[in-house]
Amino acid sequence: MTDMLTPKKRRPGLGMVFQLFWRASRVQRKRAILTVASIAWGTLSLVLLMAFGEGLGIALGEGWVGMGVNIAVIWPGETTKPWNGLPAGRAIRPRIDDMRLLRERVPDLMGVSGEIQRWRTNFTYGEKTVNGPIKGVSTVWGLMRNQIPLAGGRFLNPLDDAQRRRVVFLGYALAEELFGEEEGVGETILIDNVPYTVIGVMIDKMQMGAYSGMDEDHAVIPIRTCYAQFGEDKVSTIIIKPLEPENMKQTLAEVAKVLGAKYGFDPTDERVLGTWDTVESGRIRDNFMFGIKLFLGIIGALTLTVGGIGVANIMYAVVKERTREIGVKMALGAKANWITGPLVLEGLTYTLLGGVFGLLMAMVVIVLIALAPTDGSAAMRYLGKPTLSVPIALSTAGILGIIGMLAGYFPARRAASIDPAETLRYE
Amino acid sequence: MSDTSKALANGNIIRMEGIRKVYDTGKIQVEALRGIDLEVDTGEFVAVIGPSGSGKSTLMNLIGCLDTPTDGHYELSGQSVAKMKKDELATVRNRRVGFVFQNFNLLPQISSFENVEMPLLFGGVSRRKRHQRVEELMERVGLGDRMDHKPTELSGGQMQRVAVARALAMDPDIVLADEPTGNLDSSSGGDIMELFAELWEQGRTMVVITHDAALARRANRQVEIHDGLITTDTRS
Ligand SMILES: Nc1ncnc2c1ncn2[C@@H]1O[C@H](COP(=O)(O)OP(=O)(O)OP(=O)(O)O)[C@@H](O)[C@H]1O
Ligand SMILES: [Mg+2]
Repeated sequence: MTDMLTPKKRRPGLGMVFQLFWRASRVQRKRAILTVASIAWGTLSLVLLMAFGEGLGIALGEGWVGMGVNIAVIWPGETTKPWNGLPAGRAIRPRIDDMRLLRERVPDLMGVSGEIQRWRTNFTYGEKTVNGPIKGVSTVWGLMRNQIPLAGGRFLNPLDDAQRRRVVFLGYALAEELFGEEEGVGETILIDNVPYTVIGVMIDKMQMGAYSGMDEDHAVIPIRTCYAQFGEDKVSTIIIKPLEPENMKQTLAEVAKVLGAKYGFDPTDERVLGTWDTVESGRIRDNFMFGIKLFLGIIGALTLTVGGIGVANIMYAVVKERTREIGVKMALGAKANWITGPLVLEGLTYTLLGGVFGLLMAMVVIVLIALAPTDGSAAMRYLGKPTLSVPIALSTAGILGIIGMLAGYFPARRAASIDPAETLRYE
Repeated sequence: MSDTSKALANGNIIRMEGIRKVYDTGKIQVEALRGIDLEVDTGEFVAVIGPSGSGKSTLMNLIGCLDTPTDGHYELSGQSVAKMKKDELATVRNRRVGFVFQNFNLLPQISSFENVEMPLLFGGVSRRKRHQRVEELMERVGLGDRMDHKPTELSGGQMQRVAVARALAMDPDIVLADEPTGNLDSSSGGDIMELFAELWEQGRTMVVITHDAALARRANRQVEIHDGLITTDTRS
């Protein structure tokens, strides 16, 4: 008998905890299911909120790149300060040739291009005529403004401009309107009754920022061709891109100095050249996205915490309900860890089980949304691509783990403080 | 009998000196035991008797290491336990003591087999040996055919026999019982008394608290407590 009851060599530890937990968990099925469901719900909210934040960030980023990265858009306006004897209120209108001036005088410039914008132009292909905007631009504009041609086409090149060729690069929406399913490149279209050759069609791209309509609706022709046909050499806007984005502010100041010297205005007069600095607004956008993600993450984590409080509550109830049982086990020789271990494990198991279910549901939702068509709906295009990332998965797992441990730990601590003598007193 | 009880065959299993127990319930302090000196030899069958509130259960909790005394010296099987830590006391309870309670204190949601198995589980006994031991014990108390029954599916007398089997599981030095027949009808109570007498005859040390004069007469020694003090101690 003595021999039979000597314990195994290895001290009972984790194995004991698992065994006791398994025995206890058979009892509380319904409760366990409710708890798991609340954690699953919290996890679902957390993951979806974070995934939508991520998707929105990606969409914003893509849309941003769509208009071009680290560029500034400059609108010539009117002076508001008198300068060297000249009155305020004069309109300043830079011309095509001023772009060469800027290129020569402003240091560290990656590119500069004027834009001559015409809003209502007739495009005719065969029997079909559509009305839309057209821009005259320099070659470098295509690089700065992210104009990528579909296979088989190209953007404007310097020869097109120098020789005033009648060639046109079309936004894909305009091209689709004109040609339908047909290949547009190589065809001849009439622009206000003058024949042009289509040399390229832009790819479908996400574009979020715009200052003169969307690129997909535009036609683009060499700026000198534009001047030749329409007789206007004053630019409507100037696009610049510094070599280093950090130098944007300086570069803009240089542009104002060069143009101010030529046209006679105070370079510090901010109204003369209206500017949209995308470096600055990109920074604002990044901060904004960080704020949104943080906000969504916190909301999700709070939802999950509510689930965790549910687990803790149930574990407290379990401890209370099992007080006598715990007292009996202590009387029979259970050590504190053998009482608390299974409780912590129980809390953790409910939490992690709920977490796995929540994560699976979130993945299903994300896949379903990804399958849903986004054509035609801009809102869907920007909001409808929730994305699961490794950081999201890791932070969710981390939050779940912490909540699970805490939800089991505090009730377990109460269990360990139970006084068996008190509990087993016969009332 | 275990090695320790053999080693102590000629000595005391319980040696208490000047044991006091004060319950501090905030405003009032209750001195439940006021200086107990008690020695119990191996193989004795001690009945503890006394009026309600005299401190019998308190004494049993101290003997069984469920609680620690406020004052005094206590050795169980030659080991001083008054200053032990919680987990050490748990081990002592597991190895040295078997408890039988008035209200059985079986866990209601698990089978009688698993109830009896529990101390063996805490003792780190292997699965195979646990099964062998539980079967042997259930046979011993005459419930070999009730192992899969939950306590709620058993009569009071049967429940108490399961509790006795559980108390014997780790082959303890001493069996402690607090009013073991208090909740039983006279016939089931008689069965339990019979069982206790048999255990004693087989050499087991027993300490039984009882109001039951018949059970007290079965013991070889009667200790009477009044108001936290031992007033009479007679051997028959
Ligand atoms: N946990 C406790 N807190 C406060 N007082 C207690 C506690 N346990 C016991 N007492 C008090 O200590 C005294 C002795 O109680 P104990 O339970 O040992 O008596 P008893 O002899 O077993 O009585 P009974 O025959 O009714 O079971 C009583 O006055 C009781 O009220
Ligand atoms: Mg009592």
